[in-house]
Amino acid sequence: MNPLLKSILSTTFLFSVLRVATPIIFPALGVAISSLSGSTNIALEGIMLVSAFAGVVVSAFTQNLWLSLIAGISAGVLIALILGYFSLKLKADIILAAIALNLFASGITVFLLYIFAHDKGVSSSLKSLVFPIIKLDFLSEIPILGGILNNQNILVYIAFLSVAIYYVIVFHTPLGLKIRAVGQNPDAASSVGINVVRIKLYALIISGVFGALGGLYLSMGYVSWFGRDMTAGRGFIAIAASSIGGNMPLGTLLGSLLFGIVYALANFLAPINIPSEIIQVIPYIVTVLVLTIYSARTAKEKEVGEE
Amino acid sequence: MEKFILKYFNLLRTIIAILIGFVISISIILLVSKNSIASLGYLFLGPFGSISRIGNIIELATPIIFCGIAIAIPFQAQQFNVGAEGTFFISAALGTAFALIIQKLNLPGFVYIIVVLTFAGLMGALWGFIPGYLKAKFRANMVVLTLMLNYIAYFISIYLINYHFRDKSAGYLTSYRLPDTVYLKQFIPNTRIHIGFLIAIASVFIAYYFLYHTTLGYEIRMVGFNFHFAKYSGINVFKVIVLSSIIGGIFAGIGGMSEVMGIHRRFLWQSLPGYGWDGVVVSIIGRNNPILIMFAAFFLAYLRIGGQVLNLLSDVPYELISVIEAIIILLITAEAFLENVKYRITVQVAEKEVLENESPS
Repeated sequence: MNPLLKSILSTTFLFSVLRVATPIIFPALGVAISSLSGSTNIALEGIMLVSAFAGVVVSAFTQNLWLSLIAGISAGVLIALILGYFSLKLKADIILAAIALNLFASGITVFLLYIFAHDKGVSSSLKSLVFPIIKLDFLSEIPILGGILNNQNILVYIAFLSVAIYYVIVFHTPLGLKIRAVGQNPDAASSVGINVVRIKLYALIISGVFGALGGLYLSMGYVSWFGRDMTAGRGFIAIAASSIGGNMPLGTLLGSLLFGIVYALANFLAPINIPSEIIQVIPYIVTVLVLTIYSARTAKEKEVGEE
Repeated sequence: MEKFILKYFNLLRTIIAILIGFVISISIILLVSKNSIASLGYLFLGPFGSISRIGNIIELATPIIFCGIAIAIPFQAQQFNVGAEGTFFISAALGTAFALIIQKLNLPGFVYIIVVLTFAGLMGALWGFIPGYLKAKFRANMVVLTLMLNYIAYFISIYLINYHFRDKSAGYLTSYRLPDTVYLKQFIPNTRIHIGFLIAIASVFIAYYFLYHTTLGYEIRMVGFNFHFAKYSGINVFKVIVLSSIIGGIFAGIGGMSEVMGIHRRFLWQSLPGYGWDGVVVSIIGRNNPILIMFAAFFLAYLRIGGQVLNLLSDVPYELISVIEAIIILLITAEAFLENVKYRITVQVAEKEVLENESPS
């Protein structure tokens, strides 16, 4: 067999796909739930960044994983709440407010990194913890699957669990029903007594929690430090992943995995001189195509030009 | 006084937002800096410290003005097209490639410059056409489309430059150097202010005239002001959406290429330079009005240069500037911010008018 093909079909490759896809699955679920409620949260980039940073700083100063988890999630939810306050209460356009918050997150994390660690690049002088890697004996006995699934960071498993949680929230809870109702027709939802603003805020908060977990994985799982702008556009990629999947649980997961495959592929192909730009551009083109086809099919009842 | 406040309410609100941003940044400096008074001086007075620093402000403002206009034109039609970032980049890459290819023709300088800038503008138009068309025809989400197109533009440009126009003797990833004849002249000693700045200023007035004194400009603003009204009063919404995206693209395209021709003389970016996002920032501060955008771009460039001086000479990091910017944008976009004040003044004015009308009788 072709050695390249062989390495792509190996368990190491699929192992790394899951590893790389995890920090996209989390924010993609975040984008998905906000989109279902009718507002696209493009502040996931900023949410992930502040959570990644808060997690590292709190873990360095307290050496306690639970506290860093709480700090990371609180920081992410705080950004989501600010976004909600400005967009829902002060009537700012949610896109513009989110752009401001991404800018804010990028600035404040580097600013505080310099204050705490006297370094503007990485937090390596802060001794921070990482979330544990899970080793399961029964998994290692299964031939291929064991190699892919075993020894992953606990947050990788939580990412997959989150897809299921997302499914349950959206399709099997009253909140999920209200979120979908508000997203599809806010006026109708409001006429049956649903508090549209409050439901949208709840959706944003949940999206903040998912985003925060993605950020925590980046700085305390994927690596063990915080680096400036370490999200590297994953919050925007998440928008693509959830659009590919039509904001549905399985679709969003598959959309994220597509990006995981492409990024893992770009790493694997690096030694053999195929321009990685050509591979890396594929998911974005796919997103544009899927988005266009999806919109063309669902837009019949919508007016042209309306956001 | 009350009438004055109502007339200039948006402007006053913008100024208040900026003042709040300043107050917060001053508080942060007082909190973290060991020598806070000196630090405040660096931030606010530093940018005017020398000719070359004033030059830096204008150099930095130039690409931001182009991108601000590029963002504002579709924003006027309520199309959240954030594609200036990618358009700026890919037009500069394609323009550089084109300028290198036609180098052999030995065109006279003036013609060469015009041809290359026109080409870059056309490439910008083409890149702007894509999201405009997909939005107007298929109703795809403009924000998501343009975010994705920014990445696509990035990867295509990097591929093009690194694999086909890379100067291997340079020691770093960059294109071949452009010939001197296509260089936009820098005309003020000790600065890098170049002809592109004059083109940017001209663009401001062209864009202003276009938006406020032409039929298409009126239609664009009408679509943004009230979509349904525009549609039912016979405006071709499809055309407006596509054209606003194309025209925005032209400004971003010329801006990208003029930055290459005026400052760097080669395509040397390996990551997106962020001018497109700066364009979003200034078009928000300038409320999509090209002339106000120009002032907003100077203001932003002033803040950035102040931040650099601060970073260099004090213990306060540059990133403070992003925090100030973010606070200012949040307050400006918050439609309901100070709305109750406006409401109260409106009521007062109305009551006074009623009294005045009644008193003579």
